Amino acid sequence: MHEMSLCEGICNVIEEQARIHAIGHVRRVRVELGKFAGVEKPALEFAFEVVMRGTVAEGAVLEMIDLPGKAMCFDCMIEVEIADRLDPCPRCGGGKLMPVGGDEMRIKDLEVA
Amino acid sequence: MCTVCGCGDATVEGHHDHGHGHRHHHDHGHGDLHFGEGAAGVAVAGMTQERIIEVETSILAKNDGYAAVNRAFFAGRGVLALNLVSSPGSGKTTLLCKTIEALGDQPLAVIEGDQQTANDAERIRATGAQAVQVNTGKGCHLDGHMVGHALEHLKLKPGSLLFIENVGNLVCPAAFDLGEDAKVAILSVTEGEDKPLKYPDMFTAARLAVLNKTDLAPHCDVDLGLYEENLRRVNPGIEVLRVSARTGEGMAGWLGWLRERLAEKAELAG
Repeated sequence: MHEMSLCEGICNVIEEQARIHAIGHVRRVRVELGKFAGVEKPALEFAFEVVMRGTVAEGAVLEMIDLPGKAMCFDCMIEVEIADRLDPCPRCGGGKLMPVGGDEMRIKDLEVA
Repeated sequence: MCTVCGCGDATVEGHHDHGHGHRHHHDHGHGDLHFGEGAAGVAVAGMTQERIIEVETSILAKNDGYAAVNRAFFAGRGVLALNLVSSPGSGKTTLLCKTIEALGDQPLAVIEGDQQTANDAERIRATGAQAVQVNTGKGCHLDGHMVGHALEHLKLKPGSLLFIENVGNLVCPAAFDLGEDAKVAILSVTEGEDKPLKYPDMFTAARLAVLNKTDLAPHCDVDLGLYEENLRRVNPGIEVLRVSARTGEGMAGWLGWLRERLAEKAELAG
């Protein structure tokens, strides 16, 4: 959806960390992406390479970790895990589900040299 | 993927030079590709523990910071801020013009987001309300930073109602917090009953959906009940109002909803 600006966000965080920890070079960046975060991974990977040019993370590997989609079923009144945004409740088969997790977009850690 | 988002092309009308540059990169040119099929690689082989720096920070942390500043600004003045999101052409500006006329002396202001032109801000100003246009350039959504700058151009009285008309786009604005009290999704009956299923994130993020242009429903074989059913399928808690800004049908319900939110906000502000 807006992977270029997400990479700008990643870049801001890395540059701040580089200042705090006096990092010379970032080799790997691990990000956690919820299933419902709306992030297109190939697009993020593409934008990452472009945005990181000329920064301490130039040439770094971007690793993307999937986090599951979770929703509250309004019929069962419990939290269930669903694979797709419009999947029915795996317990009751109902369709009244409100996403409660899976929209994460988080930088987990950096491997630095 | 959008062409380019969130980079330095944004301009606030009458305010172009704000001393901090943004970089942007436009060198991607793909044709008929389908993203979203691949799985993420999760291999951690080769990571050496002593060289790992734990970050655990949201990618949108910077935007969230700007949004928090805006939210505190609104709270301090008892301003009710609504982020209006929709497709292009859903009738947001017409609905706003009619709403402003109907609300009479309620203090209010409008931030208009579009890629180009000040047309919408001019339409709002013609009603006598204050408005500031934010042009995002090539960007596909407003962000917390742009809204913060736009606020510098508005004189918001305590207890004001602030409408933030986002860029017409049912994808990206869902993810960018502006500091608003609520998102209101506006969709017109001509868009198709499956719009909520095609763009679930936006309708999940919205508190209220205004189903606009109901006067056109008889002419376009649309099932308004199915529209509502699909909205509740992606967001069981969403409120729905049927409105025709053109004929005035349903406007009373919308104005009532706004007055309730204003009263709640006033109570919170003490």
